[in-house]
Amino acid sequence: MSVPAREVGGDDSAGRLVRPFTLTGGRTRPSRADFTLITTLMAVDPPPVRAPRPQPEQLRILRRCARPIAVAELAAHLDLPVSVVVIMLCDLLEAGLITAHPPHPVSARTPDLDLLQKVRDGLGRL
Amino acid sequence: MAGSDVTAQAATAPDTVKILVAGGFGVGKTTMVGSVSEIVPLRTEEPLTVAGLGVDDLDGIEEKKATTVALDFGRITISRELVLYLFGTPGQQRFWFMWNDLAIGALGAVVLVDVRRPESSFAAIDFFERRRIPFVVGVNGFHGEHPYPAEDIREALALPEHVRVLLCDARDRESCRDVLIALIDQLIAAAVRAD
Repeated sequence: MSVPAREVGGDDSAGRLVRPFTLTGGRTRPSRADFTLITTLMAVDPPPVRAPRPQPEQLRILRRCARPIAVAELAAHLDLPVSVVVIMLCDLLEAGLITAHPPHPVSARTPDLDLLQKVRDGLGRL
Repeated sequence: MAGSDVTAQAATAPDTVKILVAGGFGVGKTTMVGSVSEIVPLRTEEPLTVAGLGVDDLDGIEEKKATTVALDFGRITISRELVLYLFGTPGQQRFWFMWNDLAIGALGAVVLVDVRRPESSFAAIDFFERRRIPFVVGVNGFHGEHPYPAEDIREALALPEHVRVLLCDARDRESCRDVLIALIDQLIAAAVRAD
């Protein structure tokens, strides 16, 4: 699968919002909405054979993602704003170099008793 | 890569949940996060442009001044599959719009109240009540001292019956843990009622 976004995207991050190339290989480009503060990231190991060569800044992220790490933690370690990190994560996700695990869904209408009990037990062990 | 299959087995991404710690500026939010977190609280700073500060902030718009808003957070590993994050909300009231993003998907919140100036936490209480986000109130005693009983503070804050009010010490790990447990117990009680 080709990943043309890198070539066409340039480095103008402000332009990403309006850039017309929203489809890549028949797949919707990952959006910033895929990354919450507590979305867990992991580097894909080994990286896909046809993945583009990561930029130095991307390598820094990939090294941090060797073990699961939340977006907020990554941003804090890199000393970068979350909004900036998320833009870079979009590229890495698109290139197949990371996976993003969404937070546990929380709904006020249908509370998850099992989850709450697990959290309570965990806090009790503190 | 040698051994990569082992790595893949060992490291699966855990589920994550979050609880917010809110309250007025300087009420002890970061202290509380630090007391129960397994890591030294981390900070991320987000640049904001005045365009984000709201249309009524005319002075700011004229000046086009950039500012940042800081988020402090900590982590509690519940199990290999589940990690809890605690986020201290930005103390300045004018950053309320950022709470919206933060609040989405939160289990609930702890509103910290300083007995010497409870009014500084009114905005936080309002915020969670309006959005029907469950919360408990932790009354952070100055030097750990509590001149008023919890019930007096409940009355002063006009809190409904189901919202628990706890006297606490943000510097104390067990005290903060008990506030978090009270929040989860309140959530469990509400879930059982709804069943």
